[in-house]
Amino acid sequence: MTGQAVVPRRVDVLVVGAGPAGLAAAARLAAAGAGRVEVLEREAQPGGVPRHCAHGGFGTWTRPLTGPRYARLLTEAAERAGATLRTGVTALDWAPTGPVLTTVGPGGPETVEARAVVLATGARERPRAARLVPGTRPAGVCTTGELQQAVHLFGQHIGTRAVVAGAADVSYAAAATVRTAGAEVVALVTEHPRAQAGRARAGAARLGHGIPLLTDTTITELVGHGRLSGVRVRHRDGRTAVLPCDTVVFTGDFVPEHELARRGGLTLDPGTRGPAVGATPHTSRPGVFAAGNLLHAVEPAGTAVREGARAAGAVLDFLAGTPWPEPGVPVVVEPPLRWIAPNRVTPGAVPARHVLRTGVPLPRPVLYVHQDGRLLHRQRLTAGTALPERTLTLAARWHDRVDPDGGPVRVSTG
Amino acid sequence: MTVTADGPLPPTPYDVAIVGAGVVGCAVARELARHPRLRVALLDAQDDVGQGTSKANTAILHTGFDATPGTLEARLVREGYARLGAYADDTGIPVERVGALLVAWDEEQRAALPRLAEKAERNAYPDTALLGPEELYAREPHLGPGALGALHVPGESIICPWTTTLAYATQAVRAGVDLHLNTAVRAARRSGGHLLTTSRGTLRARHLVNAAGLHADTLDRALGHEDFTVTPRRGQLLVYDKLARPLVRHILLPVPTALGKGVLVAPTVYGNVLLGPTAEDLHDKRATGSTADGTAALREQGRRILPALPEEEVTAVYAGLRAATGQEDYRITAHPGQAYVTVGGIRSTGLTASLAIAAHVTGLLAENGLDPGPVREPEPLTMPNLGEASPRPYQRADLIAADPEYGTLVCHCERVSRGEIRDALASTVPPRTLDGLRRRTRARAGRCQGFYCGAVVRDLFERGRA
Ligand SMILES: Cc1cc2nc3c(=O)[nH]c(=O)nc-3n(C[C@H](O)[C@H](O)[C@H](O)COP(=O)(O)OP(=O)(O)OC[C@H]3O[C@@H](n4cnc5c(N)ncnc54)[C@H](O)[C@@H]3O)c2cc1C
Repeated sequence: MTGQAVVPRRVDVLVVGAGPAGLAAAARLAAAGAGRVEVLEREAQPGGVPRHCAHGGFGTWTRPLTGPRYARLLTEAAERAGATLRTGVTALDWAPTGPVLTTVGPGGPETVEARAVVLATGARERPRAARLVPGTRPAGVCTTGELQQAVHLFGQHIGTRAVVAGAADVSYAAAATVRTAGAEVVALVTEHPRAQAGRARAGAARLGHGIPLLTDTTITELVGHGRLSGVRVRHRDGRTAVLPCDTVVFTGDFVPEHELARRGGLTLDPGTRGPAVGATPHTSRPGVFAAGNLLHAVEPAGTAVREGARAAGAVLDFLAGTPWPEPGVPVVVEPPLRWIAPNRVTPGAVPARHVLRTGVPLPRPVLYVHQDGRLLHRQRLTAGTALPERTLTLAARWHDRVDPDGGPVRVSTG
Repeated sequence: MTVTADGPLPPTPYDVAIVGAGVVGCAVARELARHPRLRVALLDAQDDVGQGTSKANTAILHTGFDATPGTLEARLVREGYARLGAYADDTGIPVERVGALLVAWDEEQRAALPRLAEKAERNAYPDTALLGPEELYAREPHLGPGALGALHVPGESIICPWTTTLAYATQAVRAGVDLHLNTAVRAARRSGGHLLTTSRGTLRARHLVNAAGLHADTLDRALGHEDFTVTPRRGQLLVYDKLARPLVRHILLPVPTALGKGVLVAPTVYGNVLLGPTAEDLHDKRATGSTADGTAALREQGRRILPALPEEEVTAVYAGLRAATGQEDYRITAHPGQAYVTVGGIRSTGLTASLAIAAHVTGLLAENGLDPGPVREPEPLTMPNLGEASPRPYQRADLIAADPEYGTLVCHCERVSRGEIRDALASTVPPRTLDGLRRRTRARAGRCQGFYCGAVVRDLFERGRA
């Protein structure tokens, strides 16, 4: 590679990504005296996705905040603790050995050597192409992330009539952004029998703003040359229609932004597609930790902050000489469950509860945890219906029953 | 340097007008631009060059090993391969000489390989080699089980179709060709010379070249010729994530059957993996959409060739229309009385053959009474590098030291810098849409499709054009 810097610069901890997880990790590490703690962020501003979530839903019950405000507070906390934030700098790849990363920014290429690396690269929505939605390739197709940045960060004009694909919380946020931009929301469209958001939120959109929700409905084709002119939809009963619109927003269906993790050869979990981790955020590569939505797209920012702080604790232990743990026993889910995190059980580690997702709505679901045919745990999740795109939580009190030399632990719905 | 996209067209007659700014039309324009005395116009109905078949193909630089020997296509592909290969090296068009493997999955296919090797020889391509299963799997460790052998065609290469078309157009315009975009030719009449009625008014030219791709038959009929009919043959393709690139080293071709060339798996110069194309005969020349059946069938076939491929994310799905004519050769015809050359039926090899087609067409024009005058070779050209085989701007410390904008990445998935976007906006043939910008820089072409960079790129585009 032309002119890649050969002499590495040294820091104590390198955090990749200045979203909630990375900023929280950096703040705690710097405050705890971990030495030189540096955060790399490829965007021009720190804060991650909350930067463009110009709506409430961040912070705590007692102190609700908008996304941008939340991003600012986390940034200030990390800086006040003494962490160095470097924006406009991209971590590109790994040196062959050790936690050493190559980077590039306006100042040129660099090689940074750290005693420990925390990956906190977050998640993104699957775009139209990855969802294999057929049709032409007109302008006017985006994800919530792009929509929010366009409207809230750049004040750009979006179309006039938008269809929102999805009916999860993020979809309702997208609908609100469309309305803020002065455009009309034609409908929310979901293949599921009901919205995957709270009833209050779904009700407010439908009744308060007159936004229809098309359930049991799939977008089967995008039509239009140049600019989108409509989306073809099909109801489960076979009826089809074209909804005229000039914009479609694909929402939800998040995947971890795992390029750096994969390039580093980290073992990934086949369900989450993020690095495989146990109750502690140690990855399969010694010296490399992972936190936030890289582990499980997508959980609320508060969860990412807690995981960032927990990663900082693990980093501090590691810097103090605690040995790298064994990989542990894999935890896998069976359909219709889609993924679970953490997805390893490390014998002897302090148990941490799991989050998981279902692919279809499950009325009154019961989870079963087996290892080698042996039932370890049975848990009713909720008396209501478990919905796709909503967090489900599995307790960890069965961890001490896992045979460390046994096969994978299987989590199923029956 | 003249590129127009609106307003009236110049009233003075041109020596030559070329209809269609695809890879073929642009190549013809570039060839004619070597003759400074000629006044040449290049017209296209769309708002950019290369928006037809030229932007949506499989991006392979063919050796022509499997052409039908003796055809014009066989000759022009062979010549074009050499010419474009050399031109790419000179101008920085990304090319990777990865080679192809025609993989035999059953006895019948294996039996066909020696005949294909012979055919290659008749096409003056003697470098093929037969591989047994062991060597095949050593070369392609991720290939699905059950392959019996392969024919190795070391010269087959992958290329960037966007840079190729743009390089021709850039050189043509810099050498004085007038490029008129948004100029749909609606009618053509002979009165003295050619009189073209377009969406932007009348244009006069002494000689006419019809390189209108899918619409070449329509223009041909307007001039009184019923030689061929273009039936669009749709090819749908899937582009897999860059993280899939280590799965494949060569262009993996099926052994051709009566049904056509079949589905291939190939790396791209941008570091992705391509799967496709389908082959569907249609009637609608605008049917460039993908279909659920098409992508499902491709994924099924891809799974057999590279079982790990469908596990990777799809970055893009697109469809192109080949200009099939039901005839097994190009339809390049000079009409002497009319000072008119038709360049029709340039099916699925036009990218490769483009420079040879251009030379051939220029020859036909000269035979038809066009006096091209003296030759002045165009200024050397260096195109921005979109390929992964040589350093991209973000990898060049020297470049970033001189201009930090090349170290400021805005499209993260594709690692496109602000400097490259700025340069594209200031280039000879600038983009008029975000898609045009994507083809020039790769901005927004990656796995996130704009989740991260869409709004920033749009902001740079809109401010850069203001
Ligand atoms: C699936 C597929 C795979 C392919 N793979 C390869 C490959 O690997 N290698 C290779 O070498 N080739 C390949 N090709 C073929 C290659 O892309 C074509 O041969 C080439 O693009 C033909 O160029 P063109 O200029 O003739 O046509 P086009 O690229 O279609 O250009 C024609 C232009 O004419 C314009 N036009 C039409 N009518 C009018 C009008 N009335 N007025 C003004 N403008 C008009 C159109 O807008 C268009 O821009 C493939 C094609 C397909 C579909």
